[in-house]
Amino acid sequence: MSVEERRIVTRRLHERPEDSWTIDGALASGAYRVWREVLRTGDPAAVQEQVRLSGLRGRGGAGFPTAQKWSFLPEGRYPRYLVVNGDEGEPSTFKDRMLVERDPHQLVEGIAIASYAIGCNLAFVYLRGEFALGYERLTQAIADARSHGFLGRDVLGSGFDLDVVVHRGAGAYICGEETALIESLEGERGMPRIRPPFPAVEGLYAKPTVVNNVETLSTLPHIVEMGGEEYAKLGVNRSTGTRIFSVSGHVKRPGNYEVELGVTFRDLVFGLAGGIRDDRAVKFFIPGGASSQWLTGSDEHLDAPLDMDFVQQTYGVMLGSGAVMVFDDTTDPLLVAWRLAKFFAHESCGKCTPCREGTGWIEKVLYRMAHGMGRPEDLDLLFDVGDNISPGVVNAPFTQTTICPLGPSVVSSIASLHRYFRDEVQARVGVSA
Amino acid sequence: MKPVGMCRMCLVEVEGVRGFPPACTTPVTDGMVVRTRTDAVEKIQEGVLEFLLINHPLDCPVCDRGGECPLQDQTLAFGPGESRFVEEKRHYEKPIPLSNMILLDRERCIQCARCTRFAEEIAGDPLIDFVSRGDRTQVLNFAEQPFESYFSGNTVQICPVGALLARHYRFKARPWDLATAETSCTTCSVHCRGAVQSSSNRIVRLLGVDLDPVNHGWLCDKGRYGIDWVHADDRVREPHLRVGGELREVSWPEALDAAAGEIRKVLRMHGPGAIAVLGGARGTNEDAYAWARLAKGVIGTDHVDCQMGDGLPAEVVLGVRRAEIDDCDRAGAIVVLGPDPREEVPVLFLRLRRAAKDLGVPLFDCTPVGGSLAPYAAHVARRVPGEPVGADVVELAARTARERGGPLVVVAGRPSVAEAPDATVRSIAAFGALDGVDVRVLSALRRGNVHGALEMGLAPGFLPGRVTLDAGREWFTQRWGGVPAGRGLDADGILRAAAEGRVHVLVLLGADPLLDHPDALLARRALEGVPFVVAVDAFRSESAARADVFLPCTVWGEQNGTVTNLEGRVQRVARRVAPEGTAMDDWRIASELAYRLGADFDLATVDEVTDEIAAVAPAALGATAALVRRARDGVVLPLREHLGEIVVRTRGLSILAEEGAGTSWDPIRAGGAAPAGAPAASGEPAPRTRRRRPVPARTRRRPRTRSSTRTPRASAPPTRPRCTSGTVRQAGPPRPRVTRTLCAS
Ligand SMILES: Cc1cc2nc3c(=O)[nH]c(=O)nc-3n(C[C@H](O)[C@H](O)[C@H](O)COP(=O)(O)O)c2cc1C
Ligand code: SF4
Ligand code: SF4
Ligand code: SF4
Ligand code: FES
Repeated sequence: MSVEERRIVTRRLHERPEDSWTIDGALASGAYRVWREVLRTGDPAAVQEQVRLSGLRGRGGAGFPTAQKWSFLPEGRYPRYLVVNGDEGEPSTFKDRMLVERDPHQLVEGIAIASYAIGCNLAFVYLRGEFALGYERLTQAIADARSHGFLGRDVLGSGFDLDVVVHRGAGAYICGEETALIESLEGERGMPRIRPPFPAVEGLYAKPTVVNNVETLSTLPHIVEMGGEEYAKLGVNRSTGTRIFSVSGHVKRPGNYEVELGVTFRDLVFGLAGGIRDDRAVKFFIPGGASSQWLTGSDEHLDAPLDMDFVQQTYGVMLGSGAVMVFDDTTDPLLVAWRLAKFFAHESCGKCTPCREGTGWIEKVLYRMAHGMGRPEDLDLLFDVGDNISPGVVNAPFTQTTICPLGPSVVSSIASLHRYFRDEVQARVGVSA
Repeated sequence: MKPVGMCRMCLVEVEGVRGFPPACTTPVTDGMVVRTRTDAVEKIQEGVLEFLLINHPLDCPVCDRGGECPLQDQTLAFGPGESRFVEEKRHYEKPIPLSNMILLDRERCIQCARCTRFAEEIAGDPLIDFVSRGDRTQVLNFAEQPFESYFSGNTVQICPVGALLARHYRFKARPWDLATAETSCTTCSVHCRGAVQSSSNRIVRLLGVDLDPVNHGWLCDKGRYGIDWVHADDRVREPHLRVGGELREVSWPEALDAAAGEIRKVLRMHGPGAIAVLGGARGTNEDAYAWARLAKGVIGTDHVDCQMGDGLPAEVVLGVRRAEIDDCDRAGAIVVLGPDPREEVPVLFLRLRRAAKDLGVPLFDCTPVGGSLAPYAAHVARRVPGEPVGADVVELAARTARERGGPLVVVAGRPSVAEAPDATVRSIAAFGALDGVDVRVLSALRRGNVHGALEMGLAPGFLPGRVTLDAGREWFTQRWGGVPAGRGLDADGILRAAAEGRVHVLVLLGADPLLDHPDALLARRALEGVPFVVAVDAFRSESAARADVFLPCTVWGEQNGTVTNLEGRVQRVARRVAPEGTAMDDWRIASELAYRLGADFDLATVDEVTDEIAAVAPAALGATAALVRRARDGVVLPLREHLGEIVVRTRGLSILAEEGAGTSWDPIRAGGAAPAGAPAASGEPAPRTRRRRPVPARTRRRPRTRSSTRTPRASAPPTRPRCTSGTVRQAGPPRPRVTRTLCAS
């Protein structure tokens, strides 16, 4: 259990806690060196190639290969936009906030490199409204980058123009979903769009658009600096490089830890986060944000590697946004499921019927069950209602009757209750085992 | 409206596609295999239905929609018998006003976004939107900004549940008690298709019906909710006669005898020129025709005008090459001279907005003051009131139309009654003079059936069927026994003559010159100067109150017949309720008076009037009652199928604006009539050349022999109209409502 953090994206903010977010602090630790070099070389395709070689996958939740996403942009159609997803609304995820507050120049540099690679001259950052400090520091960073010539017209004499606009969200989780985010940026009510068309073809203002997460973009300078192949040597299988995990819950040292992919959950929870409070046992944990299904404190689960495909294929869970929420053996899983459902019911955008009505219904049933008002038939009811939102979720592979994955997210905890705590729950609602 | 895929009722399985895509947002592709009835799909549909119901109040017994509710229908067909939802449903105050006409019961809303999409996409009034999230998602108007849209009533109609309610109709009826008749709205000249519904002999609702070439199913609020007046307390329900200075209720024979007696007296003492008829734009074509025949064929006066000095000269409206509304969709360019269509002909505004905004047709806003179309206009060229459109604008519009291909549609009405029609007329002439462009004019005259009335000859210098007095003299003399000798006065002239004491009997056909004529003082002097006024009206308007004989007529909803819209499209209006009191159809009043003046029109039913028009009025040739009844989209005159016949049957008599003739009121000018736009010529019509000996007076009507008795002898026997399906769509059985989806419309 002697795993170490592998700090790449979080290097600067750890090295210069006193001024990592300032232009001076950033420049002193190498910021914009890569950007300068990229412009000097003047080859967008080469950048794309490095990203492809690196195997980088999106850090926003879905884990989609970044270079592949860029390649969907239709050739020859301009303008095209880069939209930075800084909405970070997934409960217990708090890595992007740290990156924006404490290393905004790294993000700006990443935005610049990505924009150059895809041929975008205007990038938008959609920042979670609550990030007051992050907003202040990011806008300052953009202003400083502009005055240093890293942004604006004819960046560093390269002939390339780039500007970055920061937009603050208004407190809706759904606005982290990329098409709802685009709607919101356009001034509309934040509700996901029907796909197709995909944003790469018709996104912001009906123009080709790439949406990337803050951490994804913050990784780019390092990939270009190290070289894609070198970066791909980090990590495991198709989960290359490092990722920041936000560990929270009943651990002794909650926080953000950047590790090389492939280390185990045990490394994270017991190594870096210091184990469980009062040295109790792990009852279960949520491996990838509130939307994910759960894993238990079993050795098998704790020793599973942080490999996106492995956990997906083996346990049907996802690393998602990299938020690991740990619950000790005093925890009532019904109460957790209810609280998560309450979140999703509150945040459902209301666009599609199964999610709008179903999340609320599930929340109400779970409330009763968690508060001693459960009935024997409630468990089957829950599964069936869940199945109507996310057919097959209890017996994967699951699909969805909804427009976006928010609705099915509420079913994740139900499926987990079903899989791991069926007896406990049955006992609570009066079904004799 | 664009599909939103919100309700999720239409999820299906598509071979080769993972999951369950919504049918409503999935474009069909070649060779696609769609499964709509698999177990998985059915479970989903039942699941979605259950979701829709868990928070639904199920207060169907007190819901306006109960009985015609898609949600209710689907629940009955596919829904669960019992609810698995034991929690408390969501509650809201029931209902809240969105405007002073529209109420919203948020508990019943299923969040399908039909209303919000309509308001934004179709009407361009995004005054309602979703508020809040999750199962608290609700439709609301914005603070301090009510949902005041001219088209708000459409949202009530398309709301699939009883969430949106019309204050007007709320709790008035249950759907199964309603009797329905398909008809057209005649509040303005667009003639949107609708279904008028009554309960216990009271009209309670007008719904839009999808007539593809006209209204796309929409109505404006003026038309939809302006129906209460039919049963208003102040309807005049019985005939009245002025006795000792006071209007007294009398029997119909007394009233008719009094009117006919006065007319006969004046005819004898002063000649036909002392009798004038104003109005007639409110009734049916049959009403207008019978009155034209009475005035021009029996009495012999040409002082007849259905407009009130607030329209355009008849020769322009009848003489130009007409556009159909659909022409706007495929136009090379659209020029709007005025008025603001949203104010005067509201649903035409929706069509113009769609053409400009959604179909990309360049629209030139050339109204003097601008208005609702300006935001969608490619070019805004304000003209000075009273001045025609500048030559540069005409040229630019022509060039645009030529480049894009397609007709140049000129929308022309009267922008303002303070402005003489000359500027509009000269603008139309400028467009009409263009070479190499297919210029078509869409009349934007507002009054209900003004186009029908003009076509039926209720204008000086015209006879039914778009022929001038001179051109049609021989033909109509044969048909009617006589026509006026010369061109008569228009409304201005009639009022002036009346004020000077030269009109001895003034007939007001639903006309209220005191209110409607731009020169109210002149109207007052006219009514004071005329010794005898016959009012044929439903209400005692300020002008009608001056009547010596008041003949109460039927109104929309009580009448069968046909009307002609601004395109020249003839459609049926239907009687849904029995007339108030003893109110009589105008056409019948006209024939009764004619009979008392010695002429037997020999018309017993409104269909016989329609058929007589179809046989006698050149432009209406072939538009028989049977044909109009069969034609789902109505028929646009002149019927293409009969163009050749018109010439044959009327022996060379040509009608204005024949197909392909372009703007053609020139011939009238050449023929010596008043140039378009100039004040109507001459005061007194010349005495009639031949005193007509009408059909011998008979004490009893002859038994009906078939229409051949009224068919012009000189012409070929009427042939059954040959309809090519391309022109006349047959009315089919009512189109079934799609009941499996809720948010697609
Ligand atoms: C309900 C919902 C919420 C989401 N919230 C976020 C978020 O807060 N931040 C984020 O980066 N991605 C979020 N995503 C994922 C985005 O849709 C998108 O996949 C991501 O921004 C793409 O960036 P990446 O490829 O760099 O990961 C969310 C997705 C869903 C369905
Ligand atoms: S699944 Fe939920 S959040 Fe997503 S579009 Fe539907 S209602 Fe909105
Ligand atoms: S139309 Fe649809 S969204 Fe609008 S009120 Fe009715 S049910 Fe609700
Ligand atoms: S636009 Fe005219 S015809 Fe149509 S509903 Fe309105 S008033 Fe009636
Ligand atoms: S989702 Fe297709 S009809 Fe509503």
